[in-house]
Amino acid sequence: MKRIPRPTLTATIVGAASFALILTGCAAGTGSTAAKDEKVKLTVATFNEFGYDDLFAEYEAANPNVTITHKKAATSNEARDNLTTRLAAGSGLSDVEAIEVDWLPELLQYSDQFVDLTSDDVKGRWLDWKAKAATDADGHLIAYGTDIGPEGVCYRSDLFAAAGLPTDRAEVAKLLGTSWDSYYAAGKTFEAAGTNVPWFDSAGATWQGVVNQMPNAYEKKDGTIIATENPDVKKAYTSVLAASSTLSAHLGQWSDDWTASFQNNGFATMLCPGWMLGVISGDAKGVTGWDIADTFPGGGGNWGGSYLTVPKQSKHQEAAQKLAAWLTAPEQQLKAFASKGTFPSQVDALASDKLLGATNEFFNNAPTGQILANRAAAVDVTPFKGTHYFAINDAMQQALTRVEDGTMTPDESWAQWTTDVKALG
Amino acid sequence: MTTAAAAGVNARSIRRIALSHKLSRWDVRFSPYLYISPFFVVFALVGLFPLLYTAWVSVHDWNLIGGQGDFVGLENFSTVLAQPYFWTSLRNTFSIFLLSSIPQVLVAISIAAVLDFNLRGKTFWRMGVLLPYVVAPVAVALIFNDLFGDKYGLINSLLTDVGLGPVRWHVDVLPSHIAIATMVNFRWTGYNALIFLAAMQAVPRDYYEAALIDGASRFRTFRSITVPLLRPIIIFVIITSTIGGLQIFDEARMFDQAGQGGANRQWQTLTLYIYELGWNQRNFGRASAVAWLLFLIIIVIAILNFVITRRIAGASERRLRQKGIS
Repeated sequence: MKRIPRPTLTATIVGAASFALILTGCAAGTGSTAAKDEKVKLTVATFNEFGYDDLFAEYEAANPNVTITHKKAATSNEARDNLTTRLAAGSGLSDVEAIEVDWLPELLQYSDQFVDLTSDDVKGRWLDWKAKAATDADGHLIAYGTDIGPEGVCYRSDLFAAAGLPTDRAEVAKLLGTSWDSYYAAGKTFEAAGTNVPWFDSAGATWQGVVNQMPNAYEKKDGTIIATENPDVKKAYTSVLAASSTLSAHLGQWSDDWTASFQNNGFATMLCPGWMLGVISGDAKGVTGWDIADTFPGGGGNWGGSYLTVPKQSKHQEAAQKLAAWLTAPEQQLKAFASKGTFPSQVDALASDKLLGATNEFFNNAPTGQILANRAAAVDVTPFKGTHYFAINDAMQQALTRVEDGTMTPDESWAQWTTDVKALG
Repeated sequence: MTTAAAAGVNARSIRRIALSHKLSRWDVRFSPYLYISPFFVVFALVGLFPLLYTAWVSVHDWNLIGGQGDFVGLENFSTVLAQPYFWTSLRNTFSIFLLSSIPQVLVAISIAAVLDFNLRGKTFWRMGVLLPYVVAPVAVALIFNDLFGDKYGLINSLLTDVGLGPVRWHVDVLPSHIAIATMVNFRWTGYNALIFLAAMQAVPRDYYEAALIDGASRFRTFRSITVPLLRPIIIFVIITSTIGGLQIFDEARMFDQAGQGGANRQWQTLTLYIYELGWNQRNFGRASAVAWLLFLIIIVIAILNFVITRRIAGASERRLRQKGIS
């Protein structure tokens, strides 16, 4: 008689059962880490460079019951995907999540997913427009501001000299003027000198500067899309493209060609927020002549800047809020500025000598602290960014690119942009 | 008394034996299913469930963060079918798929044929062919982006040096497809070559010897012996590369910094379009509709491939049989 030993069957059942256990174990394992004792483990998610690495150690030393784990995403897009996916899933977010200003319109729709951080301790801490952008319709502040991106104009003084233009910071500021027309006119003068170097990097980057000065470019306050009928948008579109047809290097910002162009005299000027200084000095390593002028076409301009939020998913909301408040206090942001150059958004920090005295060696020892503080003070428009801002602006960037690379005429590209915007609804 | 007791014991042990028989019969009959069940359990969890759930999402208004909205029936499908970008990305998907899969299979089978010879340092060559497969696609994209730069790329510098104009890799449709297909081919050709090689080594050597004695050339033996006997493997490779080819994502997404397939959607594939709808526009309903359309397209193409390759390979095998080789 052929006998199959009994253990085989038992082993099978045990095996299958333990497999099932492993599966359920996986599902249940992510839950409860909240303990009742005072020891608190906080996770903080940031991206790019917030300049917080030393600050965490400092906070842990001052609060021995707190341990901080730092999760750093390489790019803000990665962080955005992570945030929205986990927000949708309802779990997995860190106790403190860093966000960028452009995500706010979408996140404010779901402000109930975030802890209301309003508190008397932080009242008036930030520039008005910085705090306003993170406040929802009911007046809840869902995010503490970290840095801002006040924009100046960066330029290559060596190329300016070659074209017979002034090179001194103050004189360049006068030459560039305060309107877009004067900025383009200076470009024409530069071009006429025949150095064969384009004036600015791309229509898209220039557009970013222009559109951030319109209070309601694409949407009305109630969220109605007016992008395609707005005469200001059409006018800006025409004028940016008219300028870029002769003045632009036609490089997509952040493209490999754009990065490489810093080593190849790719262009003479670019609109640059404070955080861009680090990008330029990195990409243009070894190139001398970069400088920054204390002016910006069309009034002030802000590009980017970040915030810290505390998601409702956090198990230690109070401790997380305390940490976020501490990190975004003027003293700490000044330390972050010293280590990574993130420009503070706090009123007290903007008046600090530490900030105003800061200079940047790569930019010909320019007093970047003072210049950017002036630029921040010049910002007078808070552009309204509704739920479709991101997608509409993205489509606009592509519309500009289509004209720059010669795929379409400005009119054709405008028509396609109109279709794209209509398809969003 | 003793007999009764003995009978009782006997009956019990008979019952016990009967039970153990039954158990071992069950064991033989059901255990195999239990052993392979982990695959199907995992598949049901990570394959079948998402598939059905996507169908559920595709008939609703569904925001990435906000979640489920109203039931809208097939409206998402009709909306995306009316979008020009859907058709552009369908065209791009097929173009990149054909530009990658066809050369890939042809080159892979030739490389395999060469590797099948008695080369010195066999393992070295075989590992060398597989090396690109080990490199992550994103890393491949980074390397190739340096080659395919429009202004400062290596290939365009070379073209300009020899007097040809630069190719606008990121502007014109066909060049962008060729560039992306090159990345895909770089990664997958060696992998497929090794699969072909494994199959070739299973071909009995007698056939080749007989053919060579009859005066057949190397090329002739390849055409008349190797290829027909590789039929099942060719079908396998073509179907897997169809599935992969219609889902190209990494290479196209990494081809420029925006990752949306170009300003005029020159190289936006269907998977990129899904990503744009789902994560950029936050419209999961429409994204799921496109995902389902892609799923149906893949099934249709896979069946078509299967039928065609079976017919072609079948014909050459019949020829072989007529000549009395097989």
